[in-house]
Amino acid sequence: MVLNRKQIEEIRTIIKSGQVLTEESDRYSYSFDASFGTYLPDAVVQTKSVDELIALVKLANRELIPIYPRGQSTSLSGGPLPVQGGIVLDLSVMNDILEIDEEDLVAIVSPGVLTSAIHKAAEEKGLFYPPDPSSSHVSTIGGNLAENSGGPRGLKYGVTKDYVIGLEVITPEGELIRTGGRTVKNVTGYDLTKLIVGSEGTLGIITRAILRLLPKPPASETVMITFDSLVDAGRAISRILSSGILPAKMELMDQASIVAVENYEPSNLPVDAEAIILLELDGHPMAIKDEVEKVAALCEAVGARNVRIPKNAAEKADIWRARKLVSPAIVRIKPTKISEDATVPRSKIPDMCARLQEIRKKYNIHLVVFGHAGDGNLHPNIIADKRDKEEMHRVEQAVAEIFAAALELGGTLSGEHGIGTMKAPFMEMELGAVGLDMMKRIKQVWDPNNIMNPGKIFPEPGQKLELT
Amino acid sequence: MKESLEALRAEFAYEKTNSCVQCGYCLPVCPTYASMGKETHSPRGRINLVKMVGEGRITDLSVLEEPLDLCLGCRNCETACPTGVEYGVILEAARAALVRRKTFSAPVRMLRNTMFTKVFPSKKMMKLAGNALWLYEKTGLQTAIRKSGLLNKLPYHMGAFEAITPGAASPAERKQMPQRIQAKGQAKYTVAFFTGCIMDAMFQRINRLSVQLLAAAGCNVVIVSEQTCCGALQAHAGEMAEARKLAKRNIAAFEKEEVDFIVNNAGGCGAALYEYAHLLADEPEWSKRAQAFTEKSRDISQVLAVCGGLHLQPRSGERVTYQPSCHLTNVQRVTREPLELIRSVPGIEFIEMGQAHMCCGSAGIYNLVHYEQSMDILDEKMKYTKATKADVVITTNPGCLLQMKMGIGREGQATSIRAVHLVEYLAEAAGIS
Ligand SMILES: Cc1cc2nc3c(=O)[nH]c(=O)nc-3n(C[C@H](O)[C@H](O)[C@H](O)COP(=O)(O)OP(=O)(O)OC[C@H]3O[C@@H](n4cnc5c(N)ncnc54)[C@H](O)[C@@H]3O)c2cc1C
Ligand code: SF4
Ligand code: SF4
Repeated sequence: MVLNRKQIEEIRTIIKSGQVLTEESDRYSYSFDASFGTYLPDAVVQTKSVDELIALVKLANRELIPIYPRGQSTSLSGGPLPVQGGIVLDLSVMNDILEIDEEDLVAIVSPGVLTSAIHKAAEEKGLFYPPDPSSSHVSTIGGNLAENSGGPRGLKYGVTKDYVIGLEVITPEGELIRTGGRTVKNVTGYDLTKLIVGSEGTLGIITRAILRLLPKPPASETVMITFDSLVDAGRAISRILSSGILPAKMELMDQASIVAVENYEPSNLPVDAEAIILLELDGHPMAIKDEVEKVAALCEAVGARNVRIPKNAAEKADIWRARKLVSPAIVRIKPTKISEDATVPRSKIPDMCARLQEIRKKYNIHLVVFGHAGDGNLHPNIIADKRDKEEMHRVEQAVAEIFAAALELGGTLSGEHGIGTMKAPFMEMELGAVGLDMMKRIKQVWDPNNIMNPGKIFPEPGQKLELT
Repeated sequence: MKESLEALRAEFAYEKTNSCVQCGYCLPVCPTYASMGKETHSPRGRINLVKMVGEGRITDLSVLEEPLDLCLGCRNCETACPTGVEYGVILEAARAALVRRKTFSAPVRMLRNTMFTKVFPSKKMMKLAGNALWLYEKTGLQTAIRKSGLLNKLPYHMGAFEAITPGAASPAERKQMPQRIQAKGQAKYTVAFFTGCIMDAMFQRINRLSVQLLAAAGCNVVIVSEQTCCGALQAHAGEMAEARKLAKRNIAAFEKEEVDFIVNNAGGCGAALYEYAHLLADEPEWSKRAQAFTEKSRDISQVLAVCGGLHLQPRSGERVTYQPSCHLTNVQRVTREPLELIRSVPGIEFIEMGQAHMCCGSAGIYNLVHYEQSMDILDEKMKYTKATKADVVITTNPGCLLQMKMGIGREGQATSIRAVHLVEYLAEAAGIS
């Protein structure tokens, strides 16, 4: 226990409009996320009041109580886990503000609003909020901001950080600050907005955000291309991207994921193919028509077996449905899924595909490759059984090697899931000692008492990736 | 007592929790997560609690009681789960494991025991209850008691429910239900009708109309006399032994007749019948028989649909909406047929209800034992119901029917909206009374 009874009592006097949960059943219910590990918080706090939160953070800062912001805990990197005990702050309850300002083309939101609710609200006004993590119907915008989430549309439209222009944040010392504003252009001083986006809850609590919206593209088209070789598919991806065509989505499925989907729910996919690429092009109808033809010709030139353009909306939906089924389908093979998001530069996609195949063989692991190929965010997924210690050990080694491969090819540890606890041990590998130290110094200045989401991003001495 | 982890794991269906990847996809569809607003009352939270027991981290099992108790068992979470977690199995196993250890206070134990083993499964007791209800209504006692305000003092908010319970069938009417009914015209199928315990006692009219509709659609209908209560309430309360006993009695009873389908008209009962195969899977001498029973078991809407529908009179300008039963939708996965039947009524305007897939909060006896929580869930449902501006709300389960009546009453709309069972509505349109 980090918290003593007196402190809990004081928290209860601060949180008047919300709840302070300390029952064991509640504490266990806030002890996990969608990654690994279970850590018990001492208390869980829910409130919609920014003033109460400010008072709470001041208390925590004075008494050195760790605070962990939490959205809906769909993090795949351990982001909201209360690794050192203390208070989990359930921000999913702060979901009442969602305004669409059509004149300024912005959305103003509370942190607990679901990403899908923003999509819907924007669409109702003919607008468009592009970041679309697959978890958008469950995850909160606060979580998306903290993780700088991406999605299939990242290829053309970028990720969360490209759409945030202003924030309201409670600092770890309990002060309320506003960064940025509601203008697209803003160069006043340091860009604290961008610093906080992707900071994984270590620099403060986001209590409100101003997001940029776009007009909705008038039309879209889908193309499915089949390949006999994964490396050819990788090559086709680079060729399309260097041809001047920028698809809204470009997704890759390798043979293992195709077979898994077909076994799970027959979807008319070619099980003997080594890979398929799914494309979505959006924009003016005439322009798309032209681009579809170009894409088909390019793919055939690098040896595609087949190019399919769905005839109607239903066929289109079926194709994207098959892509969505990959995740559920592969866990039917074995229960434990280690979902990686190491990312490489676009030109290195074929090399990364080859490296992944080697790693799969070397460690004799069940490795499935699918994901947002267009932006180099390949999502190698390892399917294992966490009860099998020996297998998990091989997985740990394979994961480390995947990271090394991505970095060697000029890539990064994480394209969208964040560092959290899972990738902290590899940070120095990417940033170097000085780079990592610079980040640590920023953290120290913001949070001198290290109370805000401690144990994340920065590795503890000797910390290793442990999956068992 | 220190129990071995192995034994606990087996008892709590721990293995099944391994397929939960804690993605949270089930959160948006869980009515208790929506109304109670914490992870403790979400599917993911509940599964995690069971997981923690299996991993030896939670040893005080009472920690699980409230979160599991407050689960509606609507199983909407299963439909959203991408990895196919068998939540129903986990819930059932955990509840049974808790009941086994629980020392209920003497009066509660007695009440549970009497209700689950003596009242619901007994034709005689249910008949008595039905007759008592009828007597109570006919003798003017009802009016007197309603006036006295005494109803508000009844335990479990029984008073609130009393006000909306339908008129009971008289003992004379009750006897009129024949054992065999001939199909109108050429018989397409022979079916056995499952009467149910509560349906039989309190909604006998709906049962009678069901049989008439089946005959009108072309079925020879048999009513097997040795049948008993389906066991759903017992299973949901963790009384598995009792549930199994009832299942066996029903299987044996229905095996005596050569029929194409075993038809029921209550989503909750139907789900229990549909799951007999699973309930008795581990009993070698029963598993095959249970499988055969399950395979024949159908909701009445399915049977009316395969018969080719009904001959219905046009109705003028009625706005109709549909509140599907969770167990019909999520367990039996029957979604198409009730809608088709409703839409086949000429002249009506059908309006789909927003969030129709969310439970109304009835959930067996949930609304009796967790009245407040159930009313929160119901009030949410009523927002969407009112938004349809419908004149009629159609349901497919007796519990849902009562609950929707209650909701309409709470909103003070009893004069403008009516709730009816699908069977009642179709009978009206078919000119059957
Ligand atoms: C099946 C599945 C698919 C996924 N697909 C994608 C995908 O396509 N793209 C992608 O990018 N991610 C994806 N994710 C990962 C995850 O959904 C995202 O990281 C999401 O943004 C997390 O949101 P959340 O509300 O669940 O936040 P949580 O998991 O609760 O928290 C995530 C981090 O944000 C911090 N945080 C939360 N709220 C605040 C706040 N208000 N202020 C400060 N810090 C805060 C937490 O401390 C934590 O560090 C997926 C996850 C799953 C389970
Ligand atoms: S059964 Fe219903 S109430 Fe229970 S966890 Fe699932 S969705 Fe929620
Ligand atoms: S949707 Fe399924 S896998 Fe995901 S948290 Fe819920 S039960 Fe677990």
